[in-house]
Amino acid sequence: MSLEGESFELREIQRLEGHTDRVWSVAWKPSTGVDGVPAVLASCSGDKTVRIWEKSPSTGSFQCKAVLDETHTRTVRSCAWSPSGKNIATASFDATTAIWENVGDEYECVSTLEGHENEVKSVSWNASGSLLATCGRDKSVWIWEVLPGNEFECVSVLQGHTQDVKMVQWHPHVDILFSCSYDNSIKVWLEDGDDDWHCVQTLTEANNGHTSTVWALSFNASGDKMVTCSDDLSLKIWGVDVMNTKSGEGYAPWKHICSISGYHDRTIFSVDWSSEGIIATGAADDAIRLFVENKDNLVDEPMYKLLLKKDKAHEMDVNSVQWSPEGDKLLASASDDGTIKIWELVSV
Amino acid sequence: MVSDLINANPTVYEKRDRRTRTAPNDVDEYAAEPIDQLEIFDHLRDIKDPEHPYSLEELKVITEDAIEVDDKRSYVRVTFTPTVEHCSLAAAIGLCLRVKLMRCLPSRYKVDIRVAPGSHATEASVNKQLNDKERVAAALESPNLLNLVEECLAPSFA
Repeated sequence: MSLEGESFELREIQRLEGHTDRVWSVAWKPSTGVDGVPAVLASCSGDKTVRIWEKSPSTGSFQCKAVLDETHTRTVRSCAWSPSGKNIATASFDATTAIWENVGDEYECVSTLEGHENEVKSVSWNASGSLLATCGRDKSVWIWEVLPGNEFECVSVLQGHTQDVKMVQWHPHVDILFSCSYDNSIKVWLEDGDDDWHCVQTLTEANNGHTSTVWALSFNASGDKMVTCSDDLSLKIWGVDVMNTKSGEGYAPWKHICSISGYHDRTIFSVDWSSEGIIATGAADDAIRLFVENKDNLVDEPMYKLLLKKDKAHEMDVNSVQWSPEGDKLLASASDDGTIKIWELVSV
Repeated sequence: MVSDLINANPTVYEKRDRRTRTAPNDVDEYAAEPIDQLEIFDHLRDIKDPEHPYSLEELKVITEDAIEVDDKRSYVRVTFTPTVEHCSLAAAIGLCLRVKLMRCLPSRYKVDIRVAPGSHATEASVNKQLNDKERVAAALESPNLLNLVEECLAPSFA
């Protein structure tokens, strides 16, 4: 999509109701919404359930196809589809991570990962679906190996953060793990070839990093840039020499490229970089904002500019924003107001 | 058990008289009435201190002046003053304030809660915790903490 010389708006397509408490997170099922496969979205909530929503090919509207309940006993904080879309992992304040298998319209809990001392806050699959990472309030990051027969073996418990870990996210192409925390830092974790995982880099205020809780991070399509969002009201763009990383010849450190500040006035909870290059944020001021790279390249101009701000996107905090696998056409958002909204980016 | 208390001998102040709110003469009964400082103070003044049979008003943990409100922007900031600098119950008091406001203010409201500058040894850390909504949500799922909050907010206490 060309963004030059056009104006855009986020048009609300549908409001999904059903959760009875705040919705913390949404996740699009991979490879849906393309090639005639109906789009599928998962959402998780303070009501202890996960809901699966599917777009009806006939009406074009999303309907709740399944409610995954009676497994978690506390808030489900985040959910993540395996790359194949066969499984969904759910992280809960009940200290467990559940693995669900999808057969037809049914979802069955096939495994429960225990080990964290208390709240699990985030879960992420690596690109091949062979590894899973979880993190939580106990300040640790766990790496699990996915074995045949729905077995999951913990291969590493990573200590290093000094406060609770808000999110884990695997790099989209290589097996490098990123975590961000209430301790204001982002940590990069790498395997040394001997099944030993360790922290290879910590991005802090000393590296032009954040000055308060880092809530989320997201990668661009090529994986050579990362965006992080924080309670310090800023976004940070980080970059790496991706060729170096891929060759496996040593670790290429991530460097601060720029900060995007002055746009948010309350905590930024969620950030997602679309495959087409648009950065969406969800924040505690109930708004959704979209940013794009400033291609004008004029001296003294910021490197990223605000494409649009959708005020009052929800009635309360926006906790999660996620672009659909289709690219930057559809955006899903989740809120404290208990609803999920589907938005379409249209030029006006 | 007195020795277990964090502040064994708190200073207790007189409660202020309840003021009746004066309504202007030309009342439009259909107009929305803005939420003001006094209304929020009235919601918070009778919350019980977690370790004493006194209200937050009687201990001057909360005063009317410590409440900033902007009804147009749907924003409230409450600044409370723990009775002692090392009060380990500061987070609990803050949690009570937040829960009370969550229950009585319209959901459009944004609430910031903090301890008064200089009033607490670990001010920044208490403030950060009280304004991390994920931690607040997790705390309120803990039966022990929820019981403590419910006890302090119990309407029977006055």
